[in-house]
Amino acid sequence: MNVVFYIAAAVAVTATLLVITRTNAVHALLYLIVSLLSVALVFYTLGAPFVAALEVIVYAGAIMVLFLFAIMILNLGQEASEQERRWLQPAIWRGPAILATVLAIELVYLLVAAGGRLPSTGAVEPRQVGIALFGPYLLAVELASMLLLAGLVGAYHLGRRVKPQAQGGET
Amino acid sequence: MASVPIDHGLIIAGILFALGLVGVLVRRNVLFMLLSIEIMLNAAGLAFVIAGARWAQADGQVMFLFILTMAAAEVSVGLALILQIYHHTKTLDADAFDEMRG
Repeated sequence: MNVVFYIAAAVAVTATLLVITRTNAVHALLYLIVSLLSVALVFYTLGAPFVAALEVIVYAGAIMVLFLFAIMILNLGQEASEQERRWLQPAIWRGPAILATVLAIELVYLLVAAGGRLPSTGAVEPRQVGIALFGPYLLAVELASMLLLAGLVGAYHLGRRVKPQAQGGET
Repeated sequence: MASVPIDHGLIIAGILFALGLVGVLVRRNVLFMLLSIEIMLNAAGLAFVIAGARWAQADGQVMFLFILTMAAAEVSVGLALILQIYHHTKTLDADAFDEMRG
């Protein structure tokens, strides 16, 4: 279990280092997804399976898709197809693919060799997290829902296309 | 978690946070700055989960859930702001946004 933790942590640091040095936004996004996946594996080895699943679903799934949509919207039309052709070269996806393969090998190792069991000591089940979430932290959960609502309204308000002559002092 | 020392986990979280901080400071593209902020938030959540696992309590994971919620709200508003800024100025250079006159 220790080896899995250290390899996943090394992959996370490597991928993050590559995120902040890329010049192309999509390449950086690919590496960031790998980094988040490896952090999810770190969570799993630490005995936090619920949070590991949420990391993959919410972070590597939903938030990264948001980034991808924004990058696609920002992408300018005329050079898009030529850029697309360059993106499909193997050199672009080789790095993320190698790092993701390391993570996949680790996952298979966890499922096969370790029998898919969690580390026995110190594992916090989703049940305990749920009980804590809706017991002592209930007020914070309500506040988080209000924060999400505020984020939704704010994103809707900011995302509107303002007519050039109609834009007032509000934007 | 007993098998992994808490020091090593916290060092990993610190390295990730420092990388995100370097990203914010070095990059001038607002999209990359937002990505680096995500890295930093994720590293903070990692530290919470590590500490929660050290004492086998659920509180660390609960805190991570709140960080996740905040990151989602922050990213949606931040990306909407970036799109709007790009619509206005046709650039993503953070140094070009030094005039806050609307």
